[in-house]
Amino acid sequence: MKTKLAMATLAAMVAAAPAMAELTFTALSYRTGPYAANGIPFADGYEDYFTLLNERDGGIGGEPIRLVECETGYNTEKGVECYESTKGEGALVYQPLSTGITYQLIPKATADGIPVHSMGYGRTSAKNGEVFQYIFNYPANYWDGASVAIKHLLDVNGGDLSGKKIALVYHNSAYGKEPIRTLEVLAEKHGYELTLLPVDHPGQEQKSQWLQIRRDRPDHVIMWGWGVMNQVAIQEAVNIRFPMENFIGIWWSGSENDVLPAGDGADGYKALTFHNLGSDYPLFDDIQTHVVDKGLAAGAGDQIGTVLYNRGLYAAMLAAEAARTAQEIHGVSAITAEQMRDGMENLVMTEEKMAALGLPNFGPEFSVSCQNHGGDGYAAVAQWDADAGEFTLITDYMQSDQDVILPLVAEDSAAYAQEAGITPGCK
Amino acid sequence: MPDTLIFGMEVFLNGLMAGVLYALVALGFVLIYKASGIFNYAQGVMALFAAMTLVGIMEGQVPFAHLINAILGTEVHHFGWHIPAFLAILLTMGVMVFLAWAVQRLIFRHLVNQEPIILFMATIGLAYFLEGLGDIMWGADIKKLDVGLPQGINTAIDEVTYGWFGYGFFIDNLDIVATVIAALLVVVLVMFSQYTKQGRAMRAVADDHQAALSVGVSLNFIWIMVWSVAGFVALVAGIMWGTKSGVQFSLSLIALKALPVLMLGGFTSIPGAIVGGLIIGVGEKLFEFLVGPLIGGATENWFAYVLALIFLVFRPQGLFGEKIIERV
Repeated sequence: MKTKLAMATLAAMVAAAPAMAELTFTALSYRTGPYAANGIPFADGYEDYFTLLNERDGGIGGEPIRLVECETGYNTEKGVECYESTKGEGALVYQPLSTGITYQLIPKATADGIPVHSMGYGRTSAKNGEVFQYIFNYPANYWDGASVAIKHLLDVNGGDLSGKKIALVYHNSAYGKEPIRTLEVLAEKHGYELTLLPVDHPGQEQKSQWLQIRRDRPDHVIMWGWGVMNQVAIQEAVNIRFPMENFIGIWWSGSENDVLPAGDGADGYKALTFHNLGSDYPLFDDIQTHVVDKGLAAGAGDQIGTVLYNRGLYAAMLAAEAARTAQEIHGVSAITAEQMRDGMENLVMTEEKMAALGLPNFGPEFSVSCQNHGGDGYAAVAQWDADAGEFTLITDYMQSDQDVILPLVAEDSAAYAQEAGITPGCK
Repeated sequence: MPDTLIFGMEVFLNGLMAGVLYALVALGFVLIYKASGIFNYAQGVMALFAAMTLVGIMEGQVPFAHLINAILGTEVHHFGWHIPAFLAILLTMGVMVFLAWAVQRLIFRHLVNQEPIILFMATIGLAYFLEGLGDIMWGADIKKLDVGLPQGINTAIDEVTYGWFGYGFFIDNLDIVATVIAALLVVVLVMFSQYTKQGRAMRAVADDHQAALSVGVSLNFIWIMVWSVAGFVALVAGIMWGTKSGVQFSLSLIALKALPVLMLGGFTSIPGAIVGGLIIGVGEKLFEFLVGPLIGGATENWFAYVLALIFLVFRPQGLFGEKIIERV
């Protein structure tokens, strides 16, 4: 009798309790393999932010967060397997952290109605939300990066690049070739001479490219590298005594991992970024209190404040804010992937909002819309200080040349729409 | 003198230097193949593992620290000391000898008389195991390796060539050191195999396992010795490449650079590895310099294999490899 009574009480309690849903986020991370050194800090930052929200706020809008991590090893096939094996768990958004995986997921996720956020990577023309309705790449894309690099070079050359020589050292892959078209169009506009220097994967041997740079003496070198290619390029630049302040990398060539092996010689090297650096923000105090001190830090807990940790944290913050926006739009806390897409499409990041989150001046202000899934194309330049052992911002956030970027986006996305049989429009 | 010729000479010299670095990796393959007929897929990973171990020992890093901390809830990462490079190299060599013993004892002793493809597959497994072991022992972060080797432009060569041609050649000091070390290594290895009892035993095992066994040569000892020497060569290659790019996972991919060298020089010849390395190094650099700009560049990786294939057509056993004649 007592057992029956207890079971009846338990059943009544379960029935009376409010529905306790979870917001499921996935982390397609790579903590192993050739790029693990970069994948680990990003994954740690991503995870720590969600842990903080759970521990401090009880999740987002009262709904606890469940993070499902799947190891891709930065391998496209494994990444697709991760997507297939986790999409049934109610994933709200995928951040593939790989251009190759992103390209594979564009048609799949669109068909499944799950949004993808490729932050600073992936298919650049996904900025056109009327064609890529489920794909987002805010706050900046590769073409923005190329344009902001040229803007910076304009600034340091008194606004005139005519007659200057600029070399692009790039990973000989779809990723590395992304900026070429933009840089060529900008070369016509600003009158600089562009030299293209491809480096084969993985990029451990770059003697030919740097001998050519030494012979040609370009005024500036822009790098679109990844992994070991970055470290070797910076070391070779040091070896030939190329002025580091004239060497600027895309944001995937601008972490501590890239400069530390070259030692003091790397001092002055520049890299683009679309978020701020270091750990001097109120939010990091909360991470210490609610995550680290409780022994809940992701991984070994030794990456906090590094460039790529901050990028992972920023990606998680943008995902959380999009989820919050979706909750507000739909008036429910337990949102679906489709509702998450709406949240992403209506995301507005203001300085007030970032300050309230404990991350003042951490990223550029931007807004997303149906037509614009890529934000407003702002990026800044950071410089490596070898003595201090840190990158610091040396410019404000600068907007890319929209007169050049927008027509390129329209052209490329129109070609994709035609190829995929998509009729552009808003949902 | 035309600029193209002057630049071409600089490219030629740098090709020779790059070739030496390729040859350093290829040497490890040759040693093991020569003594045991095993194509050691794990040679690149051994270079990575050796370099990681060297940095870990030099920096006083606690091996398996993450694992220990996760299990015991501790926060140990470093012993708090730094070990001089020379001593650390000796200690690393000890680790590589232990690895050789373990590989022989736990894997290859059980695979005696198996088909070569089985042995090859075993080395693939070994490569992946070592990758994981290295990560767990020392962490996956990129490590700076500084054993005191000079790096950067050699100013003497720069000045002398500037005086001759009005253009100073770039030669990396690290490449010069690598060349000297590779030359010493080849001399020592050739003398070892020709003039020592163990070297002669190694060659006997390479020629015929059964015959060597019948005259009292210990197969186990020879194989452990060969894997140890290959471990030493891997350590040297790991130091050279690790100094250039930092010690990181991609170091294991240097094996890709050794394959065309082996195809060209032959799998069984120590001098062949060196000559093959030099031909590949010079060939790919000159091709990139002369033809690369006309076809979009990035030709080095594939051209090295094309060059090796051209040689293979005329000498299937490689330039210095032993011709295999099988009678029916």
